[in-house]
Amino acid sequence: MAETKPKPKIKKEAIEMRKQDPKVRAKNFYEVALGYDEAEALEEASRCLQCVKPQCIIGCPVEVQIPAFIKCIREKKFAQGVATLKSKNALPAVCGRVCPQEEQCQEKCILGKIGQPVSIGRLERYLADWEREHGFQLPEKAKPTGKKVAIVGAGPAGLTAAADLIKLGHEVTMFEALHLAGGVLVYGIPEFRLPKVIVQNEVNYIQKLGVDLRLGNLVGRTHTIPELMKEGGYEAVFVGSGAGLPQFLNIPGENLGGIYSANEFLIRVNLMKAYKFPEYDTPIRLGKHVVVIGGGNVAMDCARCSMRLGADVCLLYRRSRDELPARKEEIENAEEEGLVCKFLAAPLRFHGDEKGWVKSMDCIAMELCEPDEKGRRSVKPIPGSEFTMETDTVIIAIGQTPNPIIQRTTEGLQVNPKHGTINVDENGRTTLEGVYAGGDVATGAATVISAMGAGKRSAKAMHEYLMNKK
Amino acid sequence: MKTYEIVSKKELAPKEILFEVYAPDIATKSLPGQFIILIVEEKGERVPLTICDYDRNKGTVSFAFHEVGKTTKELGSLKVGDKIGNVTGPLGNPSEVKKFGNVLCVGGSIMIAPALLQVKAMKEAGNKVTTILGARIKEALIMEKEAEAISDRVYIATDDGSKGYKGLDFLKELLQRERFDHCIALGPVVMMKDVSEIAKAYGVPTVVTLTPIMVDGMGMCGVCRVTVGGKMMFGCVDGPEFDGHKVDFDELILRQRLYLPEERLGSVLWEIGECKCGRNKA
Repeated sequence: MAETKPKPKIKKEAIEMRKQDPKVRAKNFYEVALGYDEAEALEEASRCLQCVKPQCIIGCPVEVQIPAFIKCIREKKFAQGVATLKSKNALPAVCGRVCPQEEQCQEKCILGKIGQPVSIGRLERYLADWEREHGFQLPEKAKPTGKKVAIVGAGPAGLTAAADLIKLGHEVTMFEALHLAGGVLVYGIPEFRLPKVIVQNEVNYIQKLGVDLRLGNLVGRTHTIPELMKEGGYEAVFVGSGAGLPQFLNIPGENLGGIYSANEFLIRVNLMKAYKFPEYDTPIRLGKHVVVIGGGNVAMDCARCSMRLGADVCLLYRRSRDELPARKEEIENAEEEGLVCKFLAAPLRFHGDEKGWVKSMDCIAMELCEPDEKGRRSVKPIPGSEFTMETDTVIIAIGQTPNPIIQRTTEGLQVNPKHGTINVDENGRTTLEGVYAGGDVATGAATVISAMGAGKRSAKAMHEYLMNKK
Repeated sequence: MKTYEIVSKKELAPKEILFEVYAPDIATKSLPGQFIILIVEEKGERVPLTICDYDRNKGTVSFAFHEVGKTTKELGSLKVGDKIGNVTGPLGNPSEVKKFGNVLCVGGSIMIAPALLQVKAMKEAGNKVTTILGARIKEALIMEKEAEAISDRVYIATDDGSKGYKGLDFLKELLQRERFDHCIALGPVVMMKDVSEIAKAYGVPTVVTLTPIMVDGMGMCGVCRVTVGGKMMFGCVDGPEFDGHKVDFDELILRQRLYLPEERLGSVLWEIGECKCGRNKA
């Protein structure tokens, strides 16, 4: 009789990741989550079942070979683990921190059915941080193809597409409108969720691969896409210009002082480092009672930055807690840090003082209606339920749409008139030959990883297009 | 030559400086009415400045500034051969330049410099151009000779009357005497407001160049929002030029003062050499 191997005992609980104490971290901009040490990483990696048909990979928009890199961690072959990770994902230090793993790879993990799924994101972060400490190795590049490619926007979609295309042997130029590369990773996501040195490190990697980065170059103004293709000699262009146009409420008093778009607030605080004023020259003026309007991840980021700048923060959201679109982890983090939420209420108008600064806002209570066919519950105002809130700072975080500059300056590029997004097929092809687009500019505001997935698919399609082009 | 290197520097009046910077990509695309955003170095702030001139052959673009805050004072301390951290542009929409007929151009303070670029363009488009140069005091008046060389007529006005007319009241008489088809105004907001009101009373269409506070200057932050004809517009991407008869100037004046205390603090720290950025005044 064949000897049956004793079944390894499955550890149902994941290894927690250490975090800064909420009371301490609510006063600083250092990273909240502290990462695993080697022992913790090894223990967490040992939980992986190394499935024959891994479901986690199916849940990953860029198809990272998850069981393979976890196996490398187990065997302490960290450099090999990094290589495995980076063969699919050019920005693992970023993804390990900001990806919503709970609804992607980790949601599919078999262990999740009997306990907690493997903490794939934390392990990814561990490897990426290991690489940063030990110096990164450049992958092999294909023979030069002699083809020039332009990437518009150095955010997650553009960085990913650039990395893939240069590895395939193309000559890649990346045009970034701001004075720093990284897109939403530098202007949007705060330091305490994603330290900027990590983004800079990923950008350095892309540049070391040979990508020519041109900062302060607004495509549509400095050059248009047709000019890049006709005069610049670029045979293909990838547009990953993001969703940078802020939405406003269009209610009275919105232009008073102290009322910010989430973009303005985050650009000042993150990109321009206003929290270090006057060491940095850009200021931010924040009162004591900040109201953040909205309920997504951007709203949470605004709220948590405001608390760190010393304000009491109230989040005003028109639906209820269950409908908050933000990641659960971020909501919990924010609440631990002292966030107060006011649900089922919407702003009506703002009132200002004699200096033109906001001092209060009128709101109305809302009630939830039955879910629509998509399962989303709309809301309607409750007549006669108006109330007034005192506030001296308001941050409007109700969404962003794509910046229209490229769409307006590129003839023949088909755009969705309602959302301002560029129309693309599943491979990122636009209506113009040789022009591809992906990320928020094609989908509307979404996640970093979905933008990276789009960058990857487009890079593949662009490579095929370039190699088959006469 | 390095990109963003200062090629020439000219003091137009005390603390009013004109820079010519090597930036071939920007020079190639610049048109009258557009602006650039510069940042001196990474810890700096992004500052929008209206383009005053460009030379496509030399690959240079020019802009002028008044040394009033920390950043402009720091900029003013740079010398020919120094490099500016980053210059982005051209941003905003170009001016509408065509044959209007009889054009009145009012330039105030440092904005006289970009106003003259428009005067030149309007002349080239076949217009008769009357230029009014305004300044606080006669010592601050800039580019008088340049204006005379390209305009059909030049009037001078100062706030204190130390040179030319005192204030803008003479404008009413001028508009009463003469029919203008188009008016453009570039200068301090209060001046543009006055010019727009006077011109409106005489039915002269007026285009103003707004310089609200900006951060990115490309439509991302919305701090430059202005109300024009009751609608919210972004100074950076919808402008910088707007119909002066429709702009809510009072709101704009309040919004331009949003960061006054911080601007003063930065400026004072720079002056006393206690700046925290590590690039102290020499």
